[in-house]
Amino acid sequence: MNWQPVIGLEIHIHLKTRTKMFCRCEVAYSEPENTRTCPVCLAQPGSLPVPNEKAIEWTIKLGLALDCRIAEHAVFHRKNYFYPDNPKGYQISQYDEPLCVDGRIVVPGEGGDAEVGIVRAHLEEDAAKNVHLGTAEGRIAGASATLVDFNRAGTPLVEIVTRPDLCSAEEARRFLQLLRQTVVELGISDAEMEKGSLRFDVNVSVRPEGTDELRTRTELKNLNSFAFAARAIEREVERQIAIYEAGGDVEQETLHFDPGKESAPPLRSKEEAQDYRYFPEPDLVPIEPPAELVERVRAELPELPGARIRRLAAELDHATALDLVTSGRDGLYERVPGDRRAVANVLMNQFAASGVDPAAANAEELGKLIEARSRIPRDRFTEALAKSGDAGFSAQTYLGDGLVADTAELGPIVDRILEANPGQVESYRGGKQGLLGFFVGQVMRETQGKADPKVVNELLREKLRA
Amino acid sequence: MTIDTLRLTAEEARGLVERGEVSSAELHAAYLGAIAERDGELNAYLRTVDEADGTSVPIALKDLISTRGVETTAASKILAGYVPVYDSTVAARCREAGLPVLGKTNMDEFAMGSSTENSAFGPTLNPWDPERVPGGSSGGSAAAVAAGLAPWALGSDTGGSVKQPASLCGIVGLRPTYGTVSRYGIVAFASSLDQIGPMTKTVRDNALLYRIIAGRDPSDTTTVELPEPVQIPEAEDLKDVRVGVPHELNEAHGIEPGVKEAVDRTIELCRELGAEVGETSLPRSVDYGLACYYLVAPAEASSNLARYDGVRYGLRVNGADVREMYEKTRDAGFGDEPKRRIMLGAYALSAGYYEAYYGQAQKVRTVIAQEHAAAFERFDVLVSPTSPTVAFKLGEKAENPLAMYLSDVLTIPSNMAGLPGLSIPCGLSDGLPVGFQLIGPQFSENLLFRAGHALERAIGFDHVPERLR
Amino acid sequence: MAITRDEVLHVARLARLELTDDEVERFTEQLSAILEAVAKVSELDLSDVEPTAHPLDVVNVWADDEPRPSLPVEKALANAPDREDGFFKVPPA
Repeated sequence: MNWQPVIGLEIHIHLKTRTKMFCRCEVAYSEPENTRTCPVCLAQPGSLPVPNEKAIEWTIKLGLALDCRIAEHAVFHRKNYFYPDNPKGYQISQYDEPLCVDGRIVVPGEGGDAEVGIVRAHLEEDAAKNVHLGTAEGRIAGASATLVDFNRAGTPLVEIVTRPDLCSAEEARRFLQLLRQTVVELGISDAEMEKGSLRFDVNVSVRPEGTDELRTRTELKNLNSFAFAARAIEREVERQIAIYEAGGDVEQETLHFDPGKESAPPLRSKEEAQDYRYFPEPDLVPIEPPAELVERVRAELPELPGARIRRLAAELDHATALDLVTSGRDGLYERVPGDRRAVANVLMNQFAASGVDPAAANAEELGKLIEARSRIPRDRFTEALAKSGDAGFSAQTYLGDGLVADTAELGPIVDRILEANPGQVESYRGGKQGLLGFFVGQVMRETQGKADPKVVNELLREKLRA
Repeated sequence: MTIDTLRLTAEEARGLVERGEVSSAELHAAYLGAIAERDGELNAYLRTVDEADGTSVPIALKDLISTRGVETTAASKILAGYVPVYDSTVAARCREAGLPVLGKTNMDEFAMGSSTENSAFGPTLNPWDPERVPGGSSGGSAAAVAAGLAPWALGSDTGGSVKQPASLCGIVGLRPTYGTVSRYGIVAFASSLDQIGPMTKTVRDNALLYRIIAGRDPSDTTTVELPEPVQIPEAEDLKDVRVGVPHELNEAHGIEPGVKEAVDRTIELCRELGAEVGETSLPRSVDYGLACYYLVAPAEASSNLARYDGVRYGLRVNGADVREMYEKTRDAGFGDEPKRRIMLGAYALSAGYYEAYYGQAQKVRTVIAQEHAAAFERFDVLVSPTSPTVAFKLGEKAENPLAMYLSDVLTIPSNMAGLPGLSIPCGLSDGLPVGFQLIGPQFSENLLFRAGHALERAIGFDHVPERLR
Repeated sequence: MAITRDEVLHVARLARLELTDDEVERFTEQLSAILEAVAKVSELDLSDVEPTAHPLDVVNVWADDEPRPSLPVEKALANAPDREDGFFKVPPA
């Protein structure tokens, strides 16, 4: 029997507002502990939440980018549970009346587009940070005490829940790359996994190909990179298939990966039946997004990465188009004139390595440079790319020396010279290495001095050695 | 000059200060003197503030009103020793108006109760009869004003916690329209119901204090601007006022005959003052109000009281792990009534019960609001007893939570609808004060003050407890 | 009994209350009586009535994304039962 993976994602992104979701403490990532707190985010008795308008607007923006319906009436709910990182004993979140529902992202791929349904995107607040003392690396088991830093408590968090529409680890990876690029381009989040401003959990199950049944799923948590997530999904899919093929049943459980240790086996835990006792947050009034706000935000939306990938894939290929767009270099790609494939290759390789900000690079000059790249020595080319973002950058500086460095062009000339001078070749091979200068001179004459002597030297040595 | 704190109204006190006859500090000292003399018996205050910080008439604050630098416990062991680092908006507004704080008054723990017996720091006694309760949960504030231990005070009202103790202590209490007074800095009990209200000797004092504390607060998103400024009432008649007498509120089971008599006399007085009086009905509000309240309020409370976990402030009883610490802390820190309501609320919200309990209660709330709205199509104010009984004896209902809950059966329905209610003393029954409740539509405080003031003048109630005269 | 002893223990666990045997017994009895009384709300057929979460008809109240000063760390920790450096400290979670 062939098995098909069924994968769904739950993604959390921090909004990069200046202040927290329900108080006006600054959002901070590396400030000393408990220096960005107030009565509200410390849940002191009597304090009350006041929503951040920007966070609401940005969630609507994201919802529109994900092709969601923006709710006419949205409500904050309380999700009740006890944990030291949850100061009020409830998290203000959204439940059955979220801001954005029923959207989709189209993920372009080799075998056609995959549509991934978005169940909802809602706004909530992040928890504080717990530091577990007494054991290495903050592992929970065996800790002697827990320290709590409330700087992060209340950071605006958008939760995006997909339908289980993803069919492979690779598709999940591409989806995440595309989603990340979308929120970055919308200007609403850094979406950096290392910083914790992008996190996600994965639900995985498998089913016999061709059926639409939904079997027991497991949840993978604390995945710390897209690539690692893809590997973890693959392994989990294989594990589940092996269980079914051996006649067993997959158990509902959560797999907690140890951040920082990719090779360690995940900790498994039974999903304890939670009872969060959701109810409408009585300290807040409903949100009814005004039509003019929604329309203004809609008008501000840029062309989205998915659409651009599809457009570029038509002249390149899906993988390159995805890479260009998700690395943020497609804008530059479109501005640089010249052979499309060559421009894409240079941008994704040598240019990417140069670390130059694509927005700062001079596209016209880059085009000239790429077109002439066969005639420019490699290290000069690298140097040129590194300067392509500098003010006053000109490709002419690197083309002006006019030296031909392309071995494909020089190779046949060298071959001809060697063929025409068999005696000198024999003497050279007999030990008269001083003859190298003679050959170089011949090549230079033949090329009217335009050959790069260094390249000519290398070519001659190589061919004379043979 | 000697200051008769038993008789002096806040308005008179303000006059004395404005005319330079006494200073704010002298007033403050006079009340501290009265407290030293009489509060040993009554236990109205949990603590006093000895330094007079202000320019005007001093005030007593219920102990769930956060005061920067002054311990605020909500009469719970779990908050013993907690000193807020910030002022509640109402405390800040009192400060801005120059009112020095006299102290923090006793209450039922987390405002859960109707007798002030649920305080973790001992009950407050009724100044009219120290064998009886002052009502609750704002019993400390009510007793302080009645016994001349404060010219005025703030209480909080969730199901009747301003109106009912005002009634039992013979003073004036306003539960304002929900959303007109900020809850920022008020230790929360039930967020969709809690409102701070003035407790005073006269209706005019009440309007003066309401004017200081009311109005939108950017820190409380559930507040709104008042549609019109607060007017200090002058009128002595009830001409053009249509007074509705809801059958169910006036004939409810458990209303004592003496209470009924005093209230009926006051309704008759309304007519004499020129009001048009008629019968009306709130068929389901009274029958289902109490049940609705005891689902909604505990549900919200179970969540609001989750923050008392021993992590950031208040009591901590240590345990081997954090869960054990939570359980020991909360068991030791909460009294029986908060525990009952936390469990009741958690139950009403829990999976499988939400629709039948909390969800259904929210719908009943809609019905109650609709019934009141219908009554206000024909009437400007609705009237009834505030409490079915006069002050009852200490311990009388302590063992039976349900009997205690019935103390609020007449105040709860309008509270569920977010409506304002004023309780004024309307006479005595067996030597104990009876309260008269006036309920109006949202934002009708000016009308309630006008009607309350006119009735107060006509009734001529002596608010000084007979045993202290 | 409207609520069983086990249900009382369950909600006590949900609410992080460690109850003594005495308390369990007393609360089971009292909560049963209270639940019986409040169950009255289910007598009404309200299938076409909208729930009221809030007495006021107000929507869209929010604040600008403008930072305001936070508390100094010493004030934040002023009431902490236990602390270590700038952290709140609790038994292991």
